Amino acid sequence: MLSVGLDWGEASRTLGWLWLALLASGIYHGINPGMGWPLAVSAGLMERSPRALLGALGALSAGHLLATFLVLLPFALLLALAEWQRPIQLGASLLVIGFGAYRLIDRRHPRALARIPPTQLALWSFAVAIAHGAALMLVPIYLGLCQAADLDAAHQAAGALVTANLAMAVLVSLVHVLAMVAAGGCLGWLVYRYLGLKFVSRSWFNLDAVWAASLVLVGAAALAFNLASWR
Amino acid sequence: MTMRPDPTFHASPKLAMEAPPENFAYTLLLSPDFSKPDALAVIDAKPGSPTYSQIVHTVTMPNKGDEFHHFGWNACSSALSPLAGHAFIERRYLIIPGLRSSRIYIIDTKPDPTQAKIHKVIEPEEVFKKTGYSRPHTIHCGPDGIYVSTLGGGGKDGTSGPPGVFIMDCETFEVLGRWEIDRGPQTLHYDFWWNLPRDYMVTSEWGLPPQFENGIVPEDLLSNKYGHRLHFWDLRARRNVQTIDLGANHQMALEVRPAHDPVREYGFAGVVVDTTNLEGSIWTWWREGGKFHAEKTATIPPEPAPKEKLPPLLQGFGAVPPLVTDIDLSMDDRFLYVSCWGTGEMRQYDVSDPRKPKLAGSVYTGGIVRRAPHPSGKAYAGGPQMVEISRDGKRVYWTNSLYSTWDDQFYPDGVPGVEVMANVGRSGGLELASDYFVSFPEGYRAHQVRLEGGDCSTDSFCYPSA
Repeated sequence: MLSVGLDWGEASRTLGWLWLALLASGIYHGINPGMGWPLAVSAGLMERSPRALLGALGALSAGHLLATFLVLLPFALLLALAEWQRPIQLGASLLVIGFGAYRLIDRRHPRALARIPPTQLALWSFAVAIAHGAALMLVPIYLGLCQAADLDAAHQAAGALVTANLAMAVLVSLVHVLAMVAAGGCLGWLVYRYLGLKFVSRSWFNLDAVWAASLVLVGAAALAFNLASWR
Repeated sequence: MTMRPDPTFHASPKLAMEAPPENFAYTLLLSPDFSKPDALAVIDAKPGSPTYSQIVHTVTMPNKGDEFHHFGWNACSSALSPLAGHAFIERRYLIIPGLRSSRIYIIDTKPDPTQAKIHKVIEPEEVFKKTGYSRPHTIHCGPDGIYVSTLGGGGKDGTSGPPGVFIMDCETFEVLGRWEIDRGPQTLHYDFWWNLPRDYMVTSEWGLPPQFENGIVPEDLLSNKYGHRLHFWDLRARRNVQTIDLGANHQMALEVRPAHDPVREYGFAGVVVDTTNLEGSIWTWWREGGKFHAEKTATIPPEPAPKEKLPPLLQGFGAVPPLVTDIDLSMDDRFLYVSCWGTGEMRQYDVSDPRKPKLAGSVYTGGIVRRAPHPSGKAYAGGPQMVEISRDGKRVYWTNSLYSTWDDQFYPDGVPGVEVMANVGRSGGLELASDYFVSFPEGYRAHQVRLEGGDCSTDSFCYPSA
């Protein structure tokens, strides 16, 4: 499948980098206040209980996990069409780039997110991950992982391929969300326990442009990698 | 769009109290006979400044007859709402509705308050068309936009359909539309505020435009036809979930002041007059077991007065009612300030125990009969009315006019606009500052005061102080 003939060392290096990128994306989403750690701080302080903070983190993780998995799901199914792999990968890269470019140009913030009741944190987290393209950011990484993992199983039956791809989607979502909740949870706990609420406004940078650029970057990197590997 | 949250946004009331004090006080000026355009005055409130307690800038509007009353900021500490997830707007624009005209002015206060200027004007037709409401009144900055309460519904006299709340975009100032999805039994409106993380709103009732625009209607008052209910809403579901009737004799439930600390699920409301005995009253409302409750927790008695000293409206009663027309709660939720516009008293209650307010301080300025002078020796007509507290709770500012046509009924000799300030003692108590006395240009009255960087009736919070 890989005509450039990557050797096994190169392939596993690629795999390693992809997993690292996945972890990094989780940490990145986790420390971004827009993805919810201040909500966990607020919940902990409002209920005067660290348990409420943990509960909020749980709800936020569940929403983010579901959003990630649902965005990966169609790609997992599409990948079963082995001969369409290339257009799918190219399409996914372009989609991510396009969404990033759109976020760069249209900088209006979806304020309606503030209208979700504070008791429905999982729904909020789900909506935020979809609206900001957080889940979309993972698609190129996911496709890369599927492809890399596929090296030794190039000619599986479609059914087995779907199962493998779905398993990978679950794994990717889980690893990403674990990294995210670990990073956001640590930050939230530090603010709750040690740093104090001043940190909320002090640490809050406008990541809109950086975020949009990250999407473009991830998409472009995937695009370049795909083009290079199929040459 | 900014890179950092505005430095005047604070996560908790405690942090807001620790912020630097205000240097400017914004005050609305109205021309009661509509002969001049209304205006926004910018007052130097920085102690030691050579222009202290003087107007250092005025923004005069291009129209007449707007009748300014209340106003507010485009954004405040609520922008730090973790649900909004996006705190990158500035506390920069003052939203000033014309209560009589339904026109809304957006005033830009940057780069400096002394250079404030008109940024945008929203014509009344846009408000009518997009909301079906009229007579915009109270402004509150929410995490998802600017909330505006209205006193009138549709039609020329504002009585076709109930008044309510509408939302504006906090950056483009576009009128977005009605807020309510299910208003329940609510048909009158006045003030509103909320507890953001607890997800509820509280609204109050004054009366419909024909009941106030041409003056108080004594027959309506004596037959208890002004508002006397509080409405409690599910803020995000935009549904009225409970209505509490304070009793028909408790006429005009006006200002609603929830505790600033969002952990505290209580607040206060002021009732102008009890028609059975002319008392003014303070009510405490709270949420317990998923239900809202309200009870009368303080009363202020009327003061007997000889007929010849009373305006015609009150001569039949032989007494001055206190007329509780505004209340305001300090940022630490400890002191509630109560304007007794009739008797000329500013009261300070210790509300540490919210259901047992204790009178902690009192000063007099003006009054229908008392006519208490200001310690500077200058005349003070009218009574204490719109009151605003500095974030640190150390200074309390107020002006003297209630509403153009009502001023004329209760104070027929006129109410030249003034603004004064009182210092608050460490453990309570009020003392008028003799060096803070703002007199406004001839022919203008003064209404609501807003302080630079936020104040106690502007900012709402999503994180508790503790």
